[in-house]
Amino acid sequence: MTPRVEFTPEQLAEVRRLQGLYPDKRAALLPVLQLAQEAFGHISLEAEEYVAGLFDLSPAHVHEVVTFYTLFFREPKGRHVISVCHNLTCHLLGAQQVLAHLTERLGVEVGGTTPDGRVTLLGVECLCACEMAPMLQVDDRYEGHLTREKVDGILEGLR
Amino acid sequence: MAEKILTRNFHLPGSHTLAVYRETGGYAGLETAFATKPADITEEVKKANLRGLGGAGFPTGVKWGFLPKGRPGPIYLVINADEGEPGTFKDRYLLERDPHALIEGMIISGYAIGAHLAFVYVRGEYVQPWRIFSGAVEEAYAAGLLGRNIRGSGFDLDVIVHRGAGAYICGEETGLISSLEGRKGWPKLKPPFPAIRGAFGAPTIVNNVETICHVPHIVRRGAEWFASVGTKTQGGTRLYSLSGHVERPGVYELPVSVTLRELVYEHAGGVPHGRRLKAVVPGGSSAALLTADEIDVTMDVDGLKNAGTMAGSAGVIVMDETVSIPEALMVVARFYAHESCGQCTPCREATGWIYKMARRIVEGKGRKEDLDTILDVARRGAGTTICAFFDGAVGPYISYIEKFRHEFEALIRK
Ligand SMILES: Cc1cc2nc3c(=O)[nH]c(=O)nc-3n(C[C@H](O)[C@H](O)[C@H](O)COP(=O)(O)O)c2cc1C
Ligand code: SF4
Ligand code: FES
Repeated sequence: MTPRVEFTPEQLAEVRRLQGLYPDKRAALLPVLQLAQEAFGHISLEAEEYVAGLFDLSPAHVHEVVTFYTLFFREPKGRHVISVCHNLTCHLLGAQQVLAHLTERLGVEVGGTTPDGRVTLLGVECLCACEMAPMLQVDDRYEGHLTREKVDGILEGLR
Repeated sequence: MAEKILTRNFHLPGSHTLAVYRETGGYAGLETAFATKPADITEEVKKANLRGLGGAGFPTGVKWGFLPKGRPGPIYLVINADEGEPGTFKDRYLLERDPHALIEGMIISGYAIGAHLAFVYVRGEYVQPWRIFSGAVEEAYAAGLLGRNIRGSGFDLDVIVHRGAGAYICGEETGLISSLEGRKGWPKLKPPFPAIRGAFGAPTIVNNVETICHVPHIVRRGAEWFASVGTKTQGGTRLYSLSGHVERPGVYELPVSVTLRELVYEHAGGVPHGRRLKAVVPGGSSAALLTADEIDVTMDVDGLKNAGTMAGSAGVIVMDETVSIPEALMVVARFYAHESCGQCTPCREATGWIYKMARRIVEGKGRKEDLDTILDVARRGAGTTICAFFDGAVGPYISYIEKFRHEFEALIRK
């Protein structure tokens, strides 16, 4: 079942607040899209149109913005997102092994979501926590100094 | 032991709270600042030789001086907390461990330039730093340190914390402004510089987190003191992010006159497992690579420029003898291919093409002409694009190949 693409009255109040905050209402677009992703799980074409309506912007403008940024998901994602950094320092210290271990444990390729919808696995550029390389982001959290055991522990904590 | 300025509180429990910041002398710079004429603060910052610590190294006071004088209408202060340069992580530490230092710096800088609204653009992945910094902003409002008539000075400053959504190019100041305005983060041709026409069409000063954190100390202790800490052309300390093959990776605050050798061997403990050093990236991935023989350089803006590379964001990535430079180039090239905003043809095409060539070289499918093609494409594109992103990619493309050509050739011959 897909939830209806519409904000609650509380969320709409937050949209108004954000729009009033900036010298130009359009500057609230990213924050409102962040809110939309939280509310709807991902940003569908329907959600783009809905948000465009809240801003008197064309759906094409909103689409252009949504597709520009990596943190906006246009397809349903897993309940958890694991983003493994594969940039230089993490690469030097074993990011490939971390990714290999995760693809094996989860049974998905990089970019994929487990069939039970639990985890989406991504490879990402430098998360600017190279002092703890190899590292990853799991939802809001950074986890570093990764070993197989540590990665297994992280997976165990995800429902 | 050199004096720590920006990191002096990092070890204290609760260093992110207003209480601890105040106990350690925080917000004491405000009194001095409000008793000084705004233009005199800009003058102090100029004399202090404070140079931007986000990447470009531009003199901060000089930039502030570019603002149009006596023009009606708003001026904005934008803090670049979009930290994204591979190998750099110091702004994350500042946001998490001393957020009030940034707020105090913003109040004084805002006062100096005549801004009453400031934006802090935090990279989207930095959830924890964003939460901690936003908490500090709330605390500051509650304590009357932000908002109307700060400390009875008659000066007002509001702060909006804005989150990015994942795009390296939004760290480039005009890309950041486009993004802040609710567009994709496409950089714009300069001039006009943001100081003339920036966010929402108004004169705007964009500064890095660390740059602004230095301002209260300059105001309190004087330009002469700050200038005396660094080199002739750059004052103060800066936060070096050390990562890769070193014993003790982390953030090190040192005078900018420190050498790369001292950083790697004395401060970060040298290369582990008794291995030999091969190469070092001295200023974030966009800086040209230095070989093990080239590390007796000072880490200030001009020292590294004279060494043919750049101080950039002070992200130091250390590689030991086991590292394959072609593989490192492939990883770096993938980054630039992924992050090009696609607006300029040379950047969009070259980053993708060079990544493809670097990858096939690593996979043993390289062609003899690939190396010269990469060098040629890089050189021809340099300096022709809207923003400095592509020049940043050219640094690694050329230096990795020129300094380690034999490693590439060995893979191609096989
Ligand atoms: C591709 C690119 C990425 C950049 N990323 C950042 C960044 O993440 N953080 C930052 O402060 N400056 C970054 N900069 C530099 C900014 O454009 C700008 O010079 C800086 O924010 C100005 O502040 P400063 O003078 O205090 O350093 C980047 C520049 C380029 C060309
Ligand atoms: S140089 Fe590259 S990143 Fe910069 S504006 Fe041009 S295409 Fe975009
Ligand atoms: S390279 Fe992985 S966090 Fe920087």
